[in-house]
Amino acid sequence: MNRKLSQKIAFWIFRILGWAVVGILLWILGFIVYNGIGVISLEFIFDSPRNGMLEGGIFPAIVGTFCLIIGSMIVAFPLGVMSAIYTNEYVRDGKISRFIRMMTNNLGSIPSIVFGLFGMALFVRAMSWGDSIIAGSFTLGLLVLPLVIRTTEEALRMVPDALRTGSYALGASKLQTIRYVVLPTAFPNIVTGLILSVGRVSGETAPILFTVAAFFLPRLPSSVFDQVMALPYHLYVLSTSGSNLEAQRPMAYGTALVLITLVLIINFTASLIRKYFSKKHGAV
Amino acid sequence: MDIIEAKNIDFYYSDFHALKNVSLGIAKNSVTAFIGPSGCGKSTFLRLLNRMNDLIPDTKLAGKCLVNGEDIYAKGVDVDTLRKKIGMVFQKPNPFPKTIFENIAYGLRVNRMGNKEFIRNRVEESLKAAALWDEVKDKMNRSAYDLSGGQQQRLCIARALAVKPDILLMDEPASALDPISTAKIEDLIFDLKTQYTIVIVTHNMQQAARVSDSTGFFMLGELIEFSDTKKMFLNPAKEQTQNYITGRFG
Ligand SMILES: Nc1ncnc2c1ncn2[C@@H]1O[C@H](COP(=O)(O)OP(=O)(O)O)[C@@H](O)[C@H]1O
Ligand SMILES: [Mg+2]
Repeated sequence: MNRKLSQKIAFWIFRILGWAVVGILLWILGFIVYNGIGVISLEFIFDSPRNGMLEGGIFPAIVGTFCLIIGSMIVAFPLGVMSAIYTNEYVRDGKISRFIRMMTNNLGSIPSIVFGLFGMALFVRAMSWGDSIIAGSFTLGLLVLPLVIRTTEEALRMVPDALRTGSYALGASKLQTIRYVVLPTAFPNIVTGLILSVGRVSGETAPILFTVAAFFLPRLPSSVFDQVMALPYHLYVLSTSGSNLEAQRPMAYGTALVLITLVLIINFTASLIRKYFSKKHGAV
Repeated sequence: MDIIEAKNIDFYYSDFHALKNVSLGIAKNSVTAFIGPSGCGKSTFLRLLNRMNDLIPDTKLAGKCLVNGEDIYAKGVDVDTLRKKIGMVFQKPNPFPKTIFENIAYGLRVNRMGNKEFIRNRVEESLKAAALWDEVKDKMNRSAYDLSGGQQQRLCIARALAVKPDILLMDEPASALDPISTAKIEDLIFDLKTQYTIVIVTHNMQQAARVSDSTGFFMLGELIEFSDTKKMFLNPAKEQTQNYITGRFG
């Protein structure tokens, strides 16, 4: 076979496989939209479930997922960013930073159900927070911590050293250099990490199972010590338990559609933020 | 008294002996050029003067380095203050990913110098001193990355000038630039020397001859010869210097 031909064949294989990914994504989206769009209405989004979850909407689950996203980010973001700053900017010893990095990766490979179990033991029981938004947020926060750390570290590593030395050469301290040069420069990429974590958090079911999620709770939460419903768990409930699984199915697809839309909206907003800041600071 | 006095400096990168018994004195408001083949220690010596080598792990220094008569490596010297007094311009322009205005204001802000009005005036003054004002005065809020390479380097010079250092260190400031930008930087050095003591590293001998009052020739970590630039180029004392400036070294 001549080289031109094999080149062409290889190119076509890559092209097909590359587009296959797009195809799969569109297929899943199309499937969910097709099956879920029928139940979407103002009532579905802004009302509580009624009549054995066969009627009404999923508003409490939307609010619950929203609370968990915010809560877990409040837990994971400062902790993760500070940890990444420490390993990337302060630790000079390669061995120590490698050790911390290895432990972070190990933390990231623990199955999420184990986080759920741990969260139940520590936050629900030992801290006596009970099944609550705060217990769920801490559990989810720990779950995404490695992701936040890893993406922040990558963002920090992409900041050229020349910028750091330029700052020191003007008499800036290390803290000032991090605060005014390194972090603003890395910010757009840190935001990207944040988006990934939000996507992860909003879809997780296992960690919230034993720590916050309510099977059926039409009332909205009034404090961080309340239980809430959450979209992924509600989806699970609608598909596996209840009075009439067949009749619940459209509601389940509708819930999936809302969940996906929520994540896409968050991604989109975050990429706008990212674009805005890259423009302001110039791309690095 | 010389503003910079280096006495018997030895410097090591872990085991590597990068500077060997270097001694020299630099007069106030003069331009001093360091030349020599690459890897001979010019940048290392320059970075000693504002303690930028402190940032590199596992290095060792012996000897004394005095600036304005004070040992800059003595205990209790505040490195940040020292670096404010000794500005530095790097080989590759390294503006911050901020606006043109904020780039110049940065040094003032981190050193907590002056109010808004003061900062605005100083930014303008520094840009004028770096011969960049006319080109950027209408786009102070644009990103510094929108400037050309030569403009970026003059921005970095302006940024260094803004905190009013006594000494300006320049490490091959024109090596990444085109000939026109290079000429502009050289003109600038000429203008600046009435107010600043300038130490410039260059691998370009014509440049050293054009801009400097004194020249130091380094080779393999040793300062082979240090003298008046005219004398150095017309009548060097050492054969190695002669060979290098006539292009017959090695
Ligand atoms: N950060 C460093 N770590 C180890 N060795 C270095 C470092 N920087 C420079 N060196 C070595 O020190 C010597 C002098 O380097 P440098 O001062 O950069 O030379 P020049 O600026 O004259 O080209 C070179 O041999 C170089 O390899
Ligand atoms: Mg060099």
